[in-house]
Amino acid sequence: MGKPIVMVENLVKKFEDVTAVDNLSLQIAKGELFGLLGPNGAGKTTTINVLCGLLKPTSGLVIINGLDVQREAAKVKELIGVCPQDTPVYNYLTGRENAELFGNLYGVPEEKLKDDVDALLRRIGLAEDADRRVGQYSGGMKRRLSLVMALVHDPEIAFLDEPTVGMDPQSRHAIWDLILDLKKRGKTIVLTTHYMEEAENICDRVGVIDHGKLITLGSPAELIRQYESKNLEEVFIRLTGRKIREDA
Amino acid sequence: MKLQRITALVGKDMKKLLREPALLFLLILFPIMLTLVFGFSFGAIGGAQQTTFQIGLVNMNAESLYPQYAQNFIANLTSIQMLKIQVYSDNETAQLDLVQGKIQAVLIIPEDFGESCHAFQAAPNDPAKWINITIPLYLDSGSMLATQVIPPVIQQILATTIYGNKQAAFPQPIHLGIPSLVGVSKRTAFDYMAPGLFAYASIFLTITVAQSFTSDRENGMLRRINTTPTTATEFMISQAFSNMIIGVIQAILIFVTAYAVGFRPEVEASSMMLAFVIMLIFSLCNVGFGLITATLAKSSSAATGIAFIFILPQMFLGTFVGAALSSIAQVAGHFVPSYYVTDAFTSLLLRKASITSPTVLLDLATISFSSLTVLAFGVLLFRKYGKA
Repeated sequence: MGKPIVMVENLVKKFEDVTAVDNLSLQIAKGELFGLLGPNGAGKTTTINVLCGLLKPTSGLVIINGLDVQREAAKVKELIGVCPQDTPVYNYLTGRENAELFGNLYGVPEEKLKDDVDALLRRIGLAEDADRRVGQYSGGMKRRLSLVMALVHDPEIAFLDEPTVGMDPQSRHAIWDLILDLKKRGKTIVLTTHYMEEAENICDRVGVIDHGKLITLGSPAELIRQYESKNLEEVFIRLTGRKIREDA
Repeated sequence: MKLQRITALVGKDMKKLLREPALLFLLILFPIMLTLVFGFSFGAIGGAQQTTFQIGLVNMNAESLYPQYAQNFIANLTSIQMLKIQVYSDNETAQLDLVQGKIQAVLIIPEDFGESCHAFQAAPNDPAKWINITIPLYLDSGSMLATQVIPPVIQQILATTIYGNKQAAFPQPIHLGIPSLVGVSKRTAFDYMAPGLFAYASIFLTITVAQSFTSDRENGMLRRINTTPTTATEFMISQAFSNMIIGVIQAILIFVTAYAVGFRPEVEASSMMLAFVIMLIFSLCNVGFGLITATLAKSSSAATGIAFIFILPQMFLGTFVGAALSSIAQVAGHFVPSYYVTDAFTSLLLRKASITSPTVLLDLATISFSSLTVLAFGVLLFRKYGKA
């Protein structure tokens, strides 16, 4: 593993009597595409929220590019891009306006912003609908736009919380291409997903988390070999069981 | 602090105002409609054209030796359809109604009117025995029609009373005197309501601010913005700016609409400027109430209901509605910020107070203090308990 850009040490996050993240430790290398896997309510989103400074940890340490997320949150926020699970977008703005708004919030220079937004929208297949209000978009289009809003400032580290959920195969492949392009350009990506095929195909390493604990960590090929399984989904089922979980 | 972020957020809010029909109605169309409806209902516009003149009459000759002359004169005046005679017991009351525009003229029959008429009747061809008097007629200087029409009509009736129908060309002992034209401020009920309309429109910002924050919280947008380098201060400043702009837009639109339906305040540019400054400051107060509402409300739909906790007292105790309330309720009005906005607007637009008058300055100080206090409290409350 190369030089770590994300370091998590003994991270604990409790909500009253519920422990959402339980003594989690891991490192993610610069330029790595890391998948955080786990059943519903396993603690993936809570972990992402602590990593990007939205939630204060109960205990433990999170270091991003050498910066303590809690103490130097403002500097960390300039390095990261976050695509949340619940697709928050402004329905009364157009796709382009949403993307430009977030470009401005990240401080992208005006002269660069328009070109960057156009390029990203074209890349993700929203160029033709860029000037339509988002209220008229389908769910899949909103998710793609949400990804554009997270990446408009070309962040060093992207936290993508289930970016392809509910998408058709074409949209999913467009997003994979965009993510792989980021990786090719040396960016670090942390993504959560329920699609094991997705994790197996694009992630360098994955960590499986359940009940807030990291239960395994490695490349998809290593895990398949280690657990003598046909694919990552089988590894996942073997580790987390067949019991259906409720959403967190 | 980065201006780029603040202007981007303000731009977003302005687009929201123009593109969200409910918001556009509540903040822009509703105040315009309200002003129009009130203007047509209570203002100078919309009525039939005036064809009669209200004349106030004070008869000081009633207890003289010859009261029948004055009685005949009054009867002749009353018989003219275009004149509506309203009898007053004293000059002061009549003058007050003239100043307020309730009547167009005041005619005073002097104490020696009967004696003068009698002396003339006794020696119509001997002017040396006449008692020459003048009947004062006060006219509304603001009504060109009244100043042109009323004097000759009354002169004609006076001549008829003294000479009968045929002697109009003869000299006469009684003259109609017009001491001065009286400057009348004709105020309609709408004129008294208009200052309150400005505050009335602005208090609805409480709903929109509360809904905006709660819906952004519900759909995760506040959290999303929190992952960007945008600071809480930048975000709150953008909210304050957006709502101050909306407050000024409201004030301009209400003023233009009110003007169109007959509201004609005689104010200097400095007074108008101060009025807009007051609206800017007052909009901050409503942002503060909106933030308090957003902190208390679990959802954007609940926010609408909770917002009325702050809107109703301000509306009933502090705007034009307050004028019709009981004395206790009017005292209670002193505890809501909108009362001071309405009072300042009334002073500036109706009472012609200067911008340095103690009343206006006290109102401005009270509005500033209360608005900044409510805003600071709202920001602190929302940051501590409202973001979850």
